[in-house]
Amino acid sequence: MSLFSASTMACYIASSIGYQGYILFQKKYVYRLANIVLFIGFLCHTGAIALQYFEAGHVPVQNLHDALSAFGWAVAGVFLILQIKFHLMVLGALVAPLATLSVVIAALLPKPPVELAPLFASLWRTFHIGTLVVGNAAFAIACLVGILYLIQENTIKDKRRGFFFRRLPSLKLLDSVGYASLIVGFPMLTFGIITGVIYAQMVRGRFWSWDPKEIFAGITWLVYAALLHERLAVGWRGRRAAIMTIVGFVILIFTFFLFFWR
Amino acid sequence: MALRRHIVAIGLNHKTAPVEVRERLAFSSEDTAQILETMHQHHCVDEIALFSTCNRVEFLLATQDAPEAVEALKDFIAEFKDTPRHTFEQALYVYNGDEAVRHIFRVASSLDSMVVGEPQILGQIKDSYADACNYGTCGVILNRLMHKSFSVAKRVRTETGIGDHAVSISYAAVELGRKIFGELEGKAVLLLGAGEMAELAVEHLVNNRARPIFVANRTFERGLELAERFRGTAIRFEEIRNYLKEVDIVISSTGARQYVLVRNDFKGLMRARRNRPLFFIDIAVPRDIDPEINRINNVYVYDIDDLKSAIQENIEERQQEALRGERIVDAAVVQFRRWFRALDVVPTIVGLRDKMEEIRQKELKKTLSCLHSVSEKDRAAIDRLTTALVNKILHDPTVFLKQDGHKDMKSLRVDITRRLFNLDESDEKEPEPEA
Repeated sequence: MSLFSASTMACYIASSIGYQGYILFQKKYVYRLANIVLFIGFLCHTGAIALQYFEAGHVPVQNLHDALSAFGWAVAGVFLILQIKFHLMVLGALVAPLATLSVVIAALLPKPPVELAPLFASLWRTFHIGTLVVGNAAFAIACLVGILYLIQENTIKDKRRGFFFRRLPSLKLLDSVGYASLIVGFPMLTFGIITGVIYAQMVRGRFWSWDPKEIFAGITWLVYAALLHERLAVGWRGRRAAIMTIVGFVILIFTFFLFFWR
Repeated sequence: MALRRHIVAIGLNHKTAPVEVRERLAFSSEDTAQILETMHQHHCVDEIALFSTCNRVEFLLATQDAPEAVEALKDFIAEFKDTPRHTFEQALYVYNGDEAVRHIFRVASSLDSMVVGEPQILGQIKDSYADACNYGTCGVILNRLMHKSFSVAKRVRTETGIGDHAVSISYAAVELGRKIFGELEGKAVLLLGAGEMAELAVEHLVNNRARPIFVANRTFERGLELAERFRGTAIRFEEIRNYLKEVDIVISSTGARQYVLVRNDFKGLMRARRNRPLFFIDIAVPRDIDPEINRINNVYVYDIDDLKSAIQENIEERQQEALRGERIVDAAVVQFRRWFRALDVVPTIVGLRDKMEEIRQKELKKTLSCLHSVSEKDRAAIDRLTTALVNKILHDPTVFLKQDGHKDMKSLRVDITRRLFNLDESDEKEPEPEA
């Protein structure tokens, strides 16, 4: 493990602890500290990925180990960008552990040698996986926000105040962050599927071969497309949108692992 | 030599007296001047202040004879209010010394209020204190005590969460609204019916920039009147369903015998609203809004009991914070006691002499350490010289402190001396008395 990778893991773990501390004690300085540590971790992670790129000569997203690590990096990055606009402080308590989990699992996985396709095809594969990783990260955040939304909505509906009611923000803010994550994630997913189709044509000579991972990728895209369409057309929001976001992400995760294990 | 002064708090409040007793003993602002001036002329009352609110009547005294001052005050109240002493004497509490100081700190910090943490009490006490200052019945002791109580109250409010959570129906509604909508600015409100509590809730929403306001009342003229008050629009009661597409918050208090809105009224409504959240605050008893409506997505219905239970939770939370407030008060009482005891002439003279002696010793040591060729005899002479100098310098201030005079002047002289020679270094810096 490189120094960059070790620092990344340490920072992600520390920021996870910091965000949990903020949830418990509600001290803003703890949140700010956790944010700074997560940002440092993100920079170290960027350094680690760059180092891998220069060593291997290609973007390190060719196997499950690389993709999981890149997913963790993208989750941290998208979260930090969303924070600039929304300041959804409690979200860090879920995002930082997710990023941590991704890099820890990635570190435990073997790194099989990558069989690189010809340069042009390899470029499409890199685009394909790279965009999907960022898209997946955005959908992961949308899913986490959806979970928070359901918790807060339940406390308000059932008139059970207390720990979560006080600590979670308004439904409006949660809904807005969830929507913003979808807006980021959907074009990425679309672009990822298009580049994947092009890559398939190059490598296998056909665009679509009814492979299960292709089918599940299509289903995932349809779920998110339906969700966005309903939101724009009839103003779908709130509980139903949150549940759909979570369902979409479950299918997405399944597709993600299917992609690397087959 | 001054006699020992005592601080006494005497009064009654919502805990000790029923409302009819509190009503009978409440003093108007017109009464205040007469009471303060009359009692201040009493030979054993040095300083006096009066707080009279709907929940409490309190006198704060600085006196040299506490029992006599209390008796005189009780007689005066009975005479002034034309009511026998026995009708209110049972409800009175009398606190002396530290207990009186602690009591006034607790009152100012809203730890003794009916609703712990309510912010109004401090303003009321400040007004009462301003009255006492205007009538010249506050002196060194009560000035210091009142300013100290203001700073303690401020600390309690800022360092604890005593005022953080809503403890009234209308505040609870606003707090819930914020949890649903984030900001209330620009949220449209529909008021159904006209109850006092509902109007108060609308007022709170308007204060949070909720706009526009629609008012529907069975009597259109009454609706019009209310709408004008909130600079809103009066609508016919039959138009309610149409307006449900537009508004975000509905406050209902109609007095109808059955539900004004039922679940069936919402068919297609949420789609027409593009699923924007809708928040119902049902203050009516019997209820106006069918509780089944709460099961519709993005619709939230809170009735009066729901709001009350929310408030109860907040009250319990405040009680926890109040414990932290009590600790701040306890520390402040100790600090005030230190200042108050020092107001006696003897400790002030001793303190002054000690300070001068300390300075003399320090300077003497510094000087003699530089003079290597000075004999023991000369050292003793220098020592005597500096001692004599200090004694001569301190002679006039000591006479000034010991001289007889008006009771207020003694405290004033001691206080000036202590400030002039900075004898309360350990005490925190007090705010300057307001004009």
